[in-house]
Amino acid sequence: MSEQFQAGDTRWSEQRVDQFIGNLLRIGVSIAAAVVLVAGIIYLWQHGSQPADNRVFQGEPAELRSVRAVFKTTTHGNTAATVQFGLLLLIATPIARVIFSVYVFARVRDWLYVGITLTVLAILLYSLTGGGLE
Amino acid sequence: MSYLAVALLLWAGSFVAGLLGSLTGLGGGVVVVPLMTLAFGIDLRYAVGASLVSVIATSSGAAAAYVKQGYSNLRVGMFLEIATTLGALAGAYLASYLPTSWIAMIFGLVLLYSAWLSLRSRRATGPAEPDRWATRLRLDGTMPTATGHEAYHVRNVPGGFGLMFVAGVLSGLLGIGSGAVKVLAMDTVMRLPFKVSTTTSNFMIGVTAAASAGVYLSRGYIDPGLAMPVMLGVLPGALLGTHILGGARVGALRAVFATVVAVLGIEMIYNGWTGKL
Repeated sequence: MSEQFQAGDTRWSEQRVDQFIGNLLRIGVSIAAAVVLVAGIIYLWQHGSQPADNRVFQGEPAELRSVRAVFKTTTHGNTAATVQFGLLLLIATPIARVIFSVYVFARVRDWLYVGITLTVLAILLYSLTGGGLE
Repeated sequence: MSYLAVALLLWAGSFVAGLLGSLTGLGGGVVVVPLMTLAFGIDLRYAVGASLVSVIATSSGAAAAYVKQGYSNLRVGMFLEIATTLGALAGAYLASYLPTSWIAMIFGLVLLYSAWLSLRSRRATGPAEPDRWATRLRLDGTMPTATGHEAYHVRNVPGGFGLMFVAGVLSGLLGIGSGAVKVLAMDTVMRLPFKVSTTTSNFMIGVTAAASAGVYLSRGYIDPGLAMPVMLGVLPGALLGTHILGGARVGALRAVFATVVAVLGIEMIYNGWTGKL
């Protein structure tokens, strides 16, 4: 932080961008971890005594397989879905960073990098919307 | 065993994995998957899904501290993320077509390679000359040093881009961060200063993993009951590791951990070969 004021205006704004991204990631991970922790403890409470059976792959049920279904099932008070919702918040954290980077490059009118960053964002959204699978 | 017992053991194991992974620079994901499959008999696809989620957590958690130091290069990271996210998508699709025994064997090879890479002494790479692609893409940057900001150049952009695609495929196929391959691409091939390549690599791991997470989710690989204890174990373990790292001497620890990783690699290959995984 000490070099913040040493190297002129451009560096200072770059520093501020770094600070913002750092906080964004920290807050995203903290919220996601808190949701997973609270919902996870309730989930353990409800299912802790059941036998563990993850030796054979069955795949998750449909209500835990897409962003929309997880949102819907979470609002119905399903604990497994709420854990999954916390995991989705975690996945959303780096995506939020990419979205913020679009803004950063647009502000300095670096259209080449606005394009590059939007390309990365498109790939991420393609994957999260099921990648054309369902 | 009851689910509660499995969850608690997984949590403890993941905590240790995250701690050792961040102390030694090998990453937590590389031991979480063998731990889940070899020790708990959990299906490889669930293990890979849980590991991938924990990779996003540790990468974003550590990046929060790294970015503020001002070493990471946003342009290099963003440009190379095109390669890693495309690779991650390809890897995640590949994961659903390849038999798990093959994936286990590829995993074993990556473990052996990571162990070897962490033990090998790091040769200092000389500063790079200006490069046509790097100039056009404005990848060259500056980094903070004791004597103020120092400029550096980036070279062999196509080579680094290609290797980053491979890193993405491995990440999507195996649910790991592939930090080792990412650092290799930026450190050895593109000749970025070491601090810049490690911090930028860590920065990119979360975005790369997020690209395969969507495919994993829709294929039903992400089991909340398993991903929860793993993520909640690896994350504090890794953050504790980065805090200790300041003054710790990790030479001996790294040798021990690399040996463990190598043994796990051989076991993954053996179990894949005999069809047990």
